[in-house]
Amino acid sequence: MSVADRVREPRQRVASPVEKHPRRLGPPLWMSLPAMAFFAFFAIVPLVGVVLLSFTTWDGLGTPGWTGASNWTRVLSDPVTQHAIRLSVILTVASWLVQCPTSLLLGVFMAGRQRYRAVYAVLYFVPLLFSAAAVGIVYKALLDPNFGIGPATGVGWLSKDWLGNPSLSLPTLVFVIAWCFIPFHSLLYQGAARQIPREMYEAATLDGAGRVATFFHITLPQLKNTIITSSTLMIVGSLTYFDLIFVMTNGGPGNATRVLPLDMYLRGFRSYDMGGAAVVGVILVVVGLAISALLNRLGGSSRMDSQMEGL
Amino acid sequence: MRGNTRLAALGAAVTAAALALSACGGTEPGGGGKDATAWVLTGGPEATFRSSFETWNKDNSDQKITTEFFANDAYKEKIRTAVGSGSAPTLIFNWAGGSLADYVENGDVVDLTDRTKDLQERLVPSVLESGKVDGKLYAVPNNNAQPVVLFTNKKVLADAGVDTAPATFDELLDAVGKLKRAGVDTPIALAGQSQWPELMWIQYLADRVGGPETFNAVLKGEPDAWSSPEMLKALDMITQLVDAGAFGDKFGSVVADANADAALLHTGKSGMLLQGAWTYANFLIDAPAFADSGDLGFATFPSVEGGKGDPANIVGNPANFWSISAKASKEQQDIAFDYLNTAMYDDAYVDSLIDGGTVPVTVGAEEKIAQSEQAPFLTFAYDMVKNAPNFQLSWDQALPASQAQALLTNLSQLFLGQKTPEQFAKAMNDAS
Repeated sequence: MSVADRVREPRQRVASPVEKHPRRLGPPLWMSLPAMAFFAFFAIVPLVGVVLLSFTTWDGLGTPGWTGASNWTRVLSDPVTQHAIRLSVILTVASWLVQCPTSLLLGVFMAGRQRYRAVYAVLYFVPLLFSAAAVGIVYKALLDPNFGIGPATGVGWLSKDWLGNPSLSLPTLVFVIAWCFIPFHSLLYQGAARQIPREMYEAATLDGAGRVATFFHITLPQLKNTIITSSTLMIVGSLTYFDLIFVMTNGGPGNATRVLPLDMYLRGFRSYDMGGAAVVGVILVVVGLAISALLNRLGGSSRMDSQMEGL
Repeated sequence: MRGNTRLAALGAAVTAAALALSACGGTEPGGGGKDATAWVLTGGPEATFRSSFETWNKDNSDQKITTEFFANDAYKEKIRTAVGSGSAPTLIFNWAGGSLADYVENGDVVDLTDRTKDLQERLVPSVLESGKVDGKLYAVPNNNAQPVVLFTNKKVLADAGVDTAPATFDELLDAVGKLKRAGVDTPIALAGQSQWPELMWIQYLADRVGGPETFNAVLKGEPDAWSSPEMLKALDMITQLVDAGAFGDKFGSVVADANADAALLHTGKSGMLLQGAWTYANFLIDAPAFADSGDLGFATFPSVEGGKGDPANIVGNPANFWSISAKASKEQQDIAFDYLNTAMYDDAYVDSLIDGGTVPVTVGAEEKIAQSEQAPFLTFAYDMVKNAPNFQLSWDQALPASQAQALLTNLSQLFLGQKTPEQFAKAMNDAS
């Protein structure tokens, strides 16, 4: 079945009157015009601009000159770009592997109504309040091998060259990014877990299910849609993630953390190769959109089955 | 009636969008204001810039210059976009070299040859020369000469049994060995994350081994210039230093903008530091006790036995420069010209540079320097600049931007041991 067929598939909706008389109910179409106009100006126009730019050569000064597909062949055959693509994939997968289970467990834990859990929830929430640049600068100072937390406390294993060693820098970034984003995803899971009806747990307990069994047979399946939403945010987010990496390593050491967004930036604003940067930008947009569409389909969000049958 | 309301709503929406858009393209400096504008770098002789502009604005309330200050890396990115989009400040702070040539080619800056004669008389001719493109003056220096100097912590060196700063490359390797044995993990401080300090090493070594011709071949675009025997030998010497542990194993996260490399030297964690002369000013501010203690040493870069380069050659930046934006209004340009001719390098300016521990690029500064509190270092640096047969502009400024970035990344990989000298040379030959 093609994507188009799938989209046209009739949806199971309860509120069928809306479908029967779509013109009478709901706000008139023109009300969406301001939003559409903003979307066109700030999303569609720049996007078209970037696509056009990827076929030109431009150094930021003067006027762009048309070069056909030469930017594309040059950038795609460049080992630096290929390395960046590999790094982006690694960063995305690693980020998901770290963030998804951790935030799910934390979220479910925080969903409990005990007071001490509420205190923890506030603490976990704190990283969400800081800007990425501030987090980057503070972590950079903490992880400094000469003047950071390691030398200050005398704890030997903390004095490693976390951000300056090519084999440590990417794992360190994965950790700091996780530190920043786990609170947000935990919050999603907390909300979702609190919506699971208690009756389900009561029924399962009566049937003799323990805590672990209820987690795997009730909590996890009930959180399915939240897992998909949160994973989409994590994966597309890691793929396009820029600020922390830029502040902490600037793509270095060497090009050990030069992921695609960094590659785009360094090409555009350090090498002034706007055409090459636009190619990387287009790749990011296409891959990002494709992945989020794919995840949505995998999750079957177009069907929206009820998960609470029988309640 | 209904149609009218719709139309009105549509009109309102379009107006809102248009307003929002115009607010974005907004009134950046250089746009239309009456005051001239200038973007200045923080660090180094920042105090001189501040006091000069303050004095100017106090004395010329009808010809004000408004200033904004930026950190080095942030500025370099911002200025290119600003110049390209026609929203550059009136006075454009720059490094001459490749980027100035780009500005000139696109008609973004104005010719200063005839209208800054008063200022030109005060300046050292060789430095003034750097601001020329095709024989016309497009940029005038605005601060201090910035030769690269080998700073030492005499106490750390003496404790390890090194009595004088190394004069040859072999002595340097020897000193590294002694420091290592004395328990100094990082014999030479190096800001590896900033990458450009690594450039200073290859610039000096290439010059000492093969003379200025080694890099000039690259600049001229000669094929395989990066893999000339001299360049390869210089690259190999870097590998020798890295393998000997000269920079320790933690240089990859040291940042020069935060003066973390200078901190390694003044806290006694390192014995040597190869950095620009402006670092002396940072020592005066960050570690005055160390600067006064007599432990801070300074020397020229070691010579290489059998090398073709003159050991008096220096590398670095002749100075930073002001250019005047061609997009600025006539009024703004007039203010800028007046400022350059009357206030630039006046007595107070030169005094302020010297007091801050930096070397002015004006003629006849010897006397003032000799009388200053910082006389030993300033005389050393002033003589170094005056007597140098060749002053090589930093490679990342001299080369076109695309090659400069590839150079920094590949060099960083050489220092990390991820690339051999041959692989480095091949990557650079491919990039140029």
